[in-house]
Amino acid sequence: MRSNGASKLAEIIQNETRELLADWIEQQCAANTLRRDLMNERELREQSQQFLRTFSEAVQHGTLTDIMGPAWATVRELLEHISSSRATQGFSASETATFVFSLKQPLFARLRRAHGRDANGLADDIWQATVLLDTLGLYCTELYQQSREGIIARQQQELLELSTPVVQLWDGVLALPLIGTLDSARTQMVMESLLQRIVETGSDIAIIDITGVPVVDTLVAQHLLKTVAAARLMGAECLISGIRPQIAQTIVHLGVDLGDVTTKATLAGAFAVALQRTGQRLQKS
Amino acid sequence: MERIPILQMEDVLLVTIQVDMHDKLALTLQDELTAYIVTARARGVLIDISALEIVDSFIGRVLSNIAAMARVLDAETVVVGMQPAVAITLVELGLSLTGVRTALNVEKGLAFLRAAPAQGGRHDDRPQV
Repeated sequence: MRSNGASKLAEIIQNETRELLADWIEQQCAANTLRRDLMNERELREQSQQFLRTFSEAVQHGTLTDIMGPAWATVRELLEHISSSRATQGFSASETATFVFSLKQPLFARLRRAHGRDANGLADDIWQATVLLDTLGLYCTELYQQSREGIIARQQQELLELSTPVVQLWDGVLALPLIGTLDSARTQMVMESLLQRIVETGSDIAIIDITGVPVVDTLVAQHLLKTVAAARLMGAECLISGIRPQIAQTIVHLGVDLGDVTTKATLAGAFAVALQRTGQRLQKS
Repeated sequence: MERIPILQMEDVLLVTIQVDMHDKLALTLQDELTAYIVTARARGVLIDISALEIVDSFIGRVLSNIAAMARVLDAETVVVGMQPAVAITLVELGLSLTGVRTALNVEKGLAFLRAAPAQGGRHDDRPQV
């Protein structure tokens, strides 16, 4: 019975590909999960066609239970492509998986017609098809998630690199405008790039500007103090500037001791101190 | 046994550490340097560690101690040329060498020692070199 049923599934997919495809696309277009703003119908038609073709080949040559087998390699490859392209296009995970799941309805309708009154055979076939399509759908979701994670990791890396510029303000004066939250990983990066620039430029003074740091808690303060201590060990002095009124209040309420670090409200104030300490003077002409 | 050379430049002693510091060597340096400060009546000590790539907590503490001992002997100590990686390691170890002066290079360290006002009264009756 089972082998007979399995052959029916393969038979339908092979013999009625054209009709199945038409039905499937029609249904996908009618469904409200279709994002016309993100992809056009032609692309959808192309993807559906490719999927159905590779799917029918795989059903014919491979087992229906093991989609990781060699017969399913082309299907997996195609799904990988579709998932990653939809992830970058901005589809949600369920919208991506629905692409596979939506094949069920037209396929089941055909199975019902083919089996006629054979209820057992129909149930067997539907079960088999469900398991198969569910596995493929979940595989699709997994791939989608992987490519999204890839995107996030890449953006994180880019953000990290973008967010730690060390600029030279004047002869012997460096500035480090910090923007965003300071966590351990960023502090490490900030510290390394600052110390490296101090060595390269032979600067005596570095100004850490925290205007763009939204929250200063005890941990952030500790990270700042570590950076200051490391710079001091190398023989450079650090000034902290850009302390907003709320931040000053938080620092005092938290009982954070900034020690003997010179702090200024504005970068301009810190720059003036830096010029004074390095024995330089700016003057309006 | 290897030793770390101590050079005298007028009233400043220059110590350039170019080999890996092991514990015994650090202690030897501490002994010899304190003795030298007294015999040379030095008023400044420059310790150049730009060639040091590894500084552990013990060496860090010896540097701190040398600075404290030199201060008791009325000489100011400046540690110069610390590598960024070494600075980060020391901070992570919780050693910020409080009480030790630092400078980016020998030149700046020397300039600092020259500019620093003499501490204590003993310096005044020291013969000018």
